[in-house]
Amino acid sequence: MPLAKRIIPCLDVDNGRVVKGVRFLEIRDAGDPVEIAKRYDEQGADEITFLDITASSDNRDTMVHVVDAVAGQVFIPLTVGGGIRTVEDIRRMLNAGADKVSINTAAVHRPEFVKEAADRFGAQCIVVAIDAKRVSAENEPGRWEIFTHGGRKATGIDAVDWARRMVEYGAGEILLTSMDRDGTKQGFDNALNRAVSNAVPVPVIASGGVGTLDDLANGITEGHADAVLAASIFHFGTYTIEQAKRHMAARGIEVRL
Amino acid sequence: MSTVAVVDYGMGNLHSVAKALERVAPTGYTVSVTSDPGAIGSADRVVFPGVGAIRDCIGELARLGLTDVIRDVARSKPLLCVCVGLQALLDFSEENGGTPCLGIVPGRVEFFGNDLRDAVSGERLKVPHMGWNQVHQERAHRMWRDIPQDSRFYFVHSYHARPADEGVIVGTSVYGAKLTAAIARDNIFAVQFHPEKSAAAGLQLYANFLGWNGKE
Repeated sequence: MPLAKRIIPCLDVDNGRVVKGVRFLEIRDAGDPVEIAKRYDEQGADEITFLDITASSDNRDTMVHVVDAVAGQVFIPLTVGGGIRTVEDIRRMLNAGADKVSINTAAVHRPEFVKEAADRFGAQCIVVAIDAKRVSAENEPGRWEIFTHGGRKATGIDAVDWARRMVEYGAGEILLTSMDRDGTKQGFDNALNRAVSNAVPVPVIASGGVGTLDDLANGITEGHADAVLAASIFHFGTYTIEQAKRHMAARGIEVRL
Repeated sequence: MSTVAVVDYGMGNLHSVAKALERVAPTGYTVSVTSDPGAIGSADRVVFPGVGAIRDCIGELARLGLTDVIRDVARSKPLLCVCVGLQALLDFSEENGGTPCLGIVPGRVEFFGNDLRDAVSGERLKVPHMGWNQVHQERAHRMWRDIPQDSRFYFVHSYHARPADEGVIVGTSVYGAKLTAAIARDNIFAVQFHPEKSAAAGLQLYANFLGWNGKE
């Protein structure tokens, strides 16, 4: 099958600077978004995702400038998430050069927002981000619920049902993060990835927990994901995107080299 | 001095198309993003990008009084259509419950279907067709210059074009079955993928367009 599975580096951006939270607590500063995006593009990244973690809404304009600067130099798809709450937020990001926006908490608060966004801009640019935590015991069949506020707030909503509903509302893609694995480097929760990917017709991006190149490959082969997202293993130079792709190709996965 | 007009019909992100053209344009070349029929009509070449749904695209073209100038350009000067821009060229699209299109290239635009499967493995395929797929150049064309055979380009679409005359198909990809990735006829070149999001191969296509005289 010639469509390539995608590798997507994720950059957490706070006030215009790239940082990476480990389990959302420890933050390390590591650079300029334009320079890092260019480096990932040169390494063969298939897309780049920016997560705006800026706390103050006063500084939201900073992210628009970041997107504008990156889009002028990097010609691969760009996704922006974090703080997307209104149709106007989406319009500004798309006009600045983003190709997709990812909606998380705002979808949980008001699911119709996803419908409005997809109707206005097309499903192809609406990604719904789902943060899921396993709530079933080890010896039970997997069951996951969605959490908001960086994994701190339970909602009681079943993650697989939620993914289905979001696709009905117009999500063109699902960005699925395991809150149990995020920041642990223990690999994706592939039971979660598989459950969601098999339940929805749209592409699923696996996220949360990548520590090795095999973890990335397993997201595709065991998790049935269409794309894999990682931050720290690329960000701190542990591996390049090209190394990751060569490894996946050696595992028999179609990639863009 | 030459100008390339990017047709702005109010649907959002034309930034990337303009930036990609600016990146490859020779010094002195003007890239204008415009919804002014006069500016489009007087440009040396025109890019008709595609974003959003087909009904909105066709509707906005009509509302902004751009339909006639697009038809004129399609007969007279180098025209590059992208994604929904390609689909708009055909007679009819199944999208939005059925939408009449511009009818510049005979044929239809069809949905991938809800149970699209790989022809060989039987594996269920996700829709939209999203990501980097190989484009097979079915025949030589000036627009393919310096782009290696079977290069990957970035696609995102749920509908695909079926021109009545298969002779206009100059590029194909495989997703479930063979699909139209590029159409060429006289001064028109149209692609289903997004060259502005396709890294080096995409920038090369835009560079080729700026150097193309509209003849094969």
